[in-house]
Amino acid sequence: MGLLAYGDTGWGDELFFATLMTIAVAAAAMFIGFFLAAIFATLKLSKFKALNLIGSFYTTVFRGVPELLVIYLFFFGGSGAIMYVAKIFGYDGYIEINAFITGAVSIGVISGAYSTEVFRGAIQSIDKGQFEASEVLGFKKKIYYYKIIIPQMLRLALPNINNVWQITLKDTSLISVTGLVEIMRMSYIAAGSTRDPLFFYSFAAVLYLFLTFVSMQLFNKLEKHYSKGY
Amino acid sequence: MDLMIESLPRLLNATKLTIELTLLSLFFGIFVGVFFAILRTGKNKFFYYIAYYYSYIFRGTPLLVQIFIIYFGLGQVEWIRESFLWIVLKEPYSCAILAFTLNTGAYSSEIFRSAFETINKGVLEAAKGLGLNKVHTFFKIKLPIAIRQSLPAYGNEMILMLKGTSLASTVTLLDLTGVAKYIISTTFRPVEVFIVAGGIYLIMTFIIHNFIKYLEKRFSYPQ
Repeated sequence: MGLLAYGDTGWGDELFFATLMTIAVAAAAMFIGFFLAAIFATLKLSKFKALNLIGSFYTTVFRGVPELLVIYLFFFGGSGAIMYVAKIFGYDGYIEINAFITGAVSIGVISGAYSTEVFRGAIQSIDKGQFEASEVLGFKKKIYYYKIIIPQMLRLALPNINNVWQITLKDTSLISVTGLVEIMRMSYIAAGSTRDPLFFYSFAAVLYLFLTFVSMQLFNKLEKHYSKGY
Repeated sequence: MDLMIESLPRLLNATKLTIELTLLSLFFGIFVGVFFAILRTGKNKFFYYIAYYYSYIFRGTPLLVQIFIIYFGLGQVEWIRESFLWIVLKEPYSCAILAFTLNTGAYSSEIFRSAFETINKGVLEAAKGLGLNKVHTFFKIKLPIAIRQSLPAYGNEMILMLKGTSLASTVTLLDLTGVAKYIISTTFRPVEVFIVAGGIYLIMTFIIHNFIKYLEKRFSYPQ
């Protein structure tokens, strides 16, 4: 247990902050994913075939290609793309993007592909009568979406959002290849310097189990809250 | 464009390893999955909890952690290094297959369990009434129904496993993702390589998808 001491002698505090980093990246990725999902779910549900195609292309590619490959694309391509833009403006030096942003964006794009399907399914499962009734009652579009459609949608989507969150949380472990110090990277460093990989990787597994367990409890509570009327 | 054509043969060559890893893990994973699904549906509480926690742990942690524990972690234990297990655990190839098998086994055990549980009681009573013994009931009645029932979910799991094999590149194996990363890091042209490697993955996903669709048709009840 000495290995996990808090402070300079052990790895307790380092692993604690690494866990916070994992949560932060996962939350940021989830947020980016929701944003993308809102856009692409709308595209997928639109009446125009071309827009449907764009939406389907996004979900097919990012759900069918390994996460690691997507991370490499953003990791090696991200700074290149920005440097290219900077060159146009006359800056010739090397620009490195923050590992956190690279990680959050690449996992966010993947998470968004899963969320798109969840959102689309949830909107489609709402009875058409609800839309018609809201319109007949004279609600403005903005208000009836926020007050009538989205609350119902959330109830149906929550179990699936829980799934996407679990996937996203586990996917963050792959960002360790870019050098961002989250749970996996910290365990790698600790395992290397103490020559005790079994202990540190097992402990990392325990940390992930703890995170998935806690978030499952939270989602169960939310699900109960949103299905009060049923 | 030049790079895309140039890298295609190397990437296709690496695809062989990806396919091999996927098929072997899925093959072994089915046995692991069915085994633990039977434990889950059985009456013995002790075995039930073993199967429950096995699936809980492997589904609750990232595949990367599992592969690192097996490849880097277990090799550190002295008695493992002296035992016959070392033959399996010293090679990254067999470590990767072991990790993938246990991972897909955990997910498939959940799929098969729910398939077994949805089998209509009347069917089992009919089997009993016809005088079939337990072994016959399992292989002739339960298993075919469960296979049909679990096909759509298992198809998804196959695609997840295909994507999962990309983690083999983290333990020095040169699979499709491993070679793609190598080409990217030497040429610094990620977009071109991503298009080719991603395209190969998408083709494989497409094949799995259609294969499952075909099976679903074959196994569906005549109507």
